[in-house]
Amino acid sequence: MYNAIESSGLTKSFGPTKALDNISFSVAESEIFGFIGPDGAGKTTLFRIITTLLLPDQGNVKVLGLDTVSEYKKLRKNIGYMPGRFSLYQDLSVEENLSFYATVFGTTVKENYDLISDIYSQIEPFKKRLAGKLSGGMKQKLALSCALIHKPQLLVLDEPTTGVDAVSRAEFWNMLGKLRKHNITIIVSTPYMDEAMRCDRVALIQNGKLLAIDTPVKIKAGFSCKLFSAKAPEKYNLIQALRQFPATLTAYPFGDSVHVTFTGDTIDPALYDHLKNNGVTGALVNETEAGIEDRFLELMSKTE
Amino acid sequence: MEKQVIKVRNLVKRFGRFVANDNLNFDVYEGEIFGFLGANGAGKTTAIRILSGLSEPTSGEVIVAGFNARRESEKIKKNIGYMCQKFSLYEDLTVKENIALYGGIYGMSKKLIRERTDELLEKLNFREFENRLISDLPLGLRQKLAFSVAILHEPRIVFLDEPTGGVDPITRRQFWEMIYETATRGITVFVTTHYMDEAEYCDRISIMSDGRIVALDTPEQLKKQYNASTVEEVFIKIARPVVN
Repeated sequence: MYNAIESSGLTKSFGPTKALDNISFSVAESEIFGFIGPDGAGKTTLFRIITTLLLPDQGNVKVLGLDTVSEYKKLRKNIGYMPGRFSLYQDLSVEENLSFYATVFGTTVKENYDLISDIYSQIEPFKKRLAGKLSGGMKQKLALSCALIHKPQLLVLDEPTTGVDAVSRAEFWNMLGKLRKHNITIIVSTPYMDEAMRCDRVALIQNGKLLAIDTPVKIKAGFSCKLFSAKAPEKYNLIQALRQFPATLTAYPFGDSVHVTFTGDTIDPALYDHLKNNGVTGALVNETEAGIEDRFLELMSKTE
Repeated sequence: MEKQVIKVRNLVKRFGRFVANDNLNFDVYEGEIFGFLGANGAGKTTAIRILSGLSEPTSGEVIVAGFNARRESEKIKKNIGYMCQKFSLYEDLTVKENIALYGGIYGMSKKLIRERTDELLEKLNFREFENRLISDLPLGLRQKLAFSVAILHEPRIVFLDEPTGGVDPITRRQFWEMIYETATRGITVFVTTHYMDEAEYCDRISIMSDGRIVALDTPEQLKKQYNASTVEEVFIKIARPVVN
């Protein structure tokens, strides 16, 4: 067992902005590894270094045992990269795009068809259509097919699900799961916190720093206090009233409820009277399980 | 009785033989946060263009902020605000210039623009940034400013397109608080998004599929009805992707 990626002390600046700040991590062979973080966190910069398209200022990365700087030529043959914005030629048809990518890597569509058949067969009925005329979900499938056609050992997916609807997103993750049997290592970035659960391990990234690296379950379990969920019809008032309560540590809107932490592990019975006195009626407060986003928030607050 | 701010009856929009909106019926109320969801190509953009006075319905009745979408689209435009994640502010203008520009576009007087600018800078704690170019602002601050600018003219409704997609979790929560506060003041917030967890924040949501509204209720009711733990599950159960 060797590591597909080993990064140590990666740093990259653009002018005064530190896009990556001393990033170290490793990704095991055949792992699906997610980088979860907002826009501007450094995900794309990191992926561009891993794919040999950008040089780090400091530190180094070994990808598939090769150095991204000195051995980039060898490495490029073994990486499939699906960038966030562009990878398809809009004025080429579906099949032209695919055979173009195959040719560039010195192979043929036929040779590696088994690898992409699950995915490509879904868009094959439209193979004469121009890539520019495809729907978001179909573009994504074609881009993934193109990234896989040379049978890479490492697949690098930069925000593959951004701007794609929830149905297509779910399909996409199922496709990635099926690639496991081919022993391909996958690194994928996303701003969607809920997608973390689809990965074997994830790194939470913010302002060029890794806040945590672990399995999604362990990251959630890292949440340091008991978390409560409060609901009431008047959400804005509820948030304000919760924050005024002396025992409240944090209160954030979270979907249809407000996530709250208190100084103790239980709900102070005085809370309900406090809420009523502040005009919040019909409030319900229950213990709840922390998610990835709760943990991300907690880690962010600590570093700021 | 709650006040309707958007009233849609039998809305049909065709492009040639293609029916983009197929007999839509729904109401949105004053101060409501309404989530408008659907798969890619389901017809959301077409509907929003009609609701914001940019396109006319083929048939049916659409009333927005008291004005008819067919005959009074210019009046609709004055009474709504719009913000999308990709573009809302001019990057090569400063914070203050952007505010003045939008105020001017909406026909606000210089005095009113000045007053609202002061209020806004104060409220967002933005004093130190007032002469900064938008391109120099962190993403989170830009989003908050874009939203404030979209409601500068106190519209009846503000349309938000994926307002918190890609922003960090803390900014995201501050943003939703701004939305709640805005809705509490009586401004209707109409949200379109692909982020199903964003939909969870809305008072009610509708889900479009193939040009029709196939579900409309509170997130809680929909989750109950479809025996799902998240809006995402509901969505996947009922919104088939358009294949073509």
